[in-house]
Amino acid sequence: MAELTFDQIAKEENLVYKKTSLLTDKAMSYCPGCGHGTAHRILMEVIDEMGYQDKTIGVAPVGCSVLAYEFMNIDVQQAAHGRAPALATAIKRLNPNHFVFTYQGDGDLAAIGTAETIHSINRGENFLIVFINNGIYGMTGGQMAPTTLPNMKASTCPYGRDTSIMGNPLKITELIATLPGAYYVTRQSVHTPAAVRKAKKALKNAFDYQLNRKLGTCFVEIVSNCNSGWKMTPVQANKWMEENMFPFYPLGDIKVPQ
Amino acid sequence: MAKELRLMKGNEAIAEAAIRAGADGYFGYPITPQSEVLEYLMAQKPYERTGMVVLQAESEVAAINMVYGGAACGKKVMTSSSSPGISLKQEGISYMAGAELPCLILNVVRGGPGLGTIQPSQSDYNQSVKGGGHGDYKLVVLAPASVQEMYDFVEKGFALSFKYRTPCLVLADGIIGQMMEKVELSDEKPRWTQEEVIKNSPWATTGKTANRERNIITSLNLESSVQEEHNIHLQKKYKKMEEDVMCEELNCDDAEYLFVAFGSASRICQKAMDVARAKGIKVGLVRPITLSPFPNKILRKYADKVKGMLSVEMNAGQMVEDIRLATQFRTKVEHFGRMGGIIPTPSEVVQALEQKIIGG
Repeated sequence: MAELTFDQIAKEENLVYKKTSLLTDKAMSYCPGCGHGTAHRILMEVIDEMGYQDKTIGVAPVGCSVLAYEFMNIDVQQAAHGRAPALATAIKRLNPNHFVFTYQGDGDLAAIGTAETIHSINRGENFLIVFINNGIYGMTGGQMAPTTLPNMKASTCPYGRDTSIMGNPLKITELIATLPGAYYVTRQSVHTPAAVRKAKKALKNAFDYQLNRKLGTCFVEIVSNCNSGWKMTPVQANKWMEENMFPFYPLGDIKVPQ
Repeated sequence: MAKELRLMKGNEAIAEAAIRAGADGYFGYPITPQSEVLEYLMAQKPYERTGMVVLQAESEVAAINMVYGGAACGKKVMTSSSSPGISLKQEGISYMAGAELPCLILNVVRGGPGLGTIQPSQSDYNQSVKGGGHGDYKLVVLAPASVQEMYDFVEKGFALSFKYRTPCLVLADGIIGQMMEKVELSDEKPRWTQEEVIKNSPWATTGKTANRERNIITSLNLESSVQEEHNIHLQKKYKKMEEDVMCEELNCDDAEYLFVAFGSASRICQKAMDVARAKGIKVGLVRPITLSPFPNKILRKYADKVKGMLSVEMNAGQMVEDIRLATQFRTKVEHFGRMGGIIPTPSEVVQALEQKIIGG
């Protein structure tokens, strides 16, 4: 068989993967092995596939993904720490035909921004919250997060999280699922190809629900790893996540539309 | 057509003005003495009248961040609060100054510090004109002295805030917010269409279309050289704001002495001026209407003409420092004020003029 040239191979019908144009060419600032990059990719793929680039306004948080707007080729606002749902509330109410999402980490969403998270969802604000839960503050160097597991080590609980002193991890996703304004609440991960496909489907569902409707808030948690903060290799971190994070934060739908 | 006149509270006037100015959104949280703003708006159903969004937020912090979100979409959005609530908003105001977002913020000042009192005060002067939150920034600060100005400063405030892409703060106090006066209302203007929003604010997040790069609203610059460039740009903008200085000068032509006062205190000084002139004291009044930019040149002009200036403020003496800087110590400048929600009387003001300036 004759050797095929690049041009002969690079045909539409042979294409198995293509980077979406909604991701910029900027080199991501995330650590190798981190789930943020995959989460960004599937979120942008969904917006691209649905043709919503010109109708989408995103809100970036404070945390590792503070620079999310550098990687997403859409209009983005960068919010003060924890306040993304307040921004999104006004963005969506003033632009009801746009698609609005926030992208927040656990410190942003479940510690400093708890009030904004709960009240925006309780009002049934019609936007999507993407919640990346890796149980640690990554950007500031591995401090204890509201979702840090009991006995898990972090730089501000170097001997492990002692819940009698430091309080308990907050299952904010289960909490907000009880609110009448929450329409679709699901917990996913992006650590295997199968998980990525499921998470992408969840994001697509959330955008579908937002289309021309006032159904309520969609909330997609992605339990992710922080190999730097957890001080593990990416492979170890994924294994540790399966063995420790998933039993505490079980994957699956928590509230689905009836 | 006959003018539309109405007897209104200052807090109601600013709310009505917002609807008629075509504001897109108001986000607030109740606090005395300004809760009528939100109450009036809710009663008026502006979402039916003009399509304006009105929302009671869960906190002042959420409210100012809703304003951030709306402003970053190029919309005319506003919030209101009183001193302790304005302190809570400072983080958001700093972010808006950094991200260069326009908006209108009303502070109906009450006495502080802390929870303080609910009575009127001007003790938030420094917080308003020196920035308020973290970082090198300035706001446009307008000081209304009447209910009519509470009304008029909505449109003026939005115009200045969009001109300079920085928040505009209306610094009122419990008197201006609560007292009732005759107000001449303007005609209702339609809200900007989305096409007008995109034309007026091409920088806004309105959805990335094929014909432009994506719009990013942020106050973050991790490169210090980029941040310094941004700071220099902001400072140039604040310098340019001086072309919009507004100031009222009353009886200043023959004046040997001047009262300098803003807002409610200037109304008291008008009466005190009459009382003093009846006694043969030639006193005038300079009323800064923009506290930021401050009328430095106007005060400097009078520094070589008068024998002294009395800064009358309902605080411990905050604007007096700016007057001394403006007049470069070329004339005697003293302060008289009451604190804690106490309103000075005209006779007290005249007495202070006699003791601190004329006799002092």
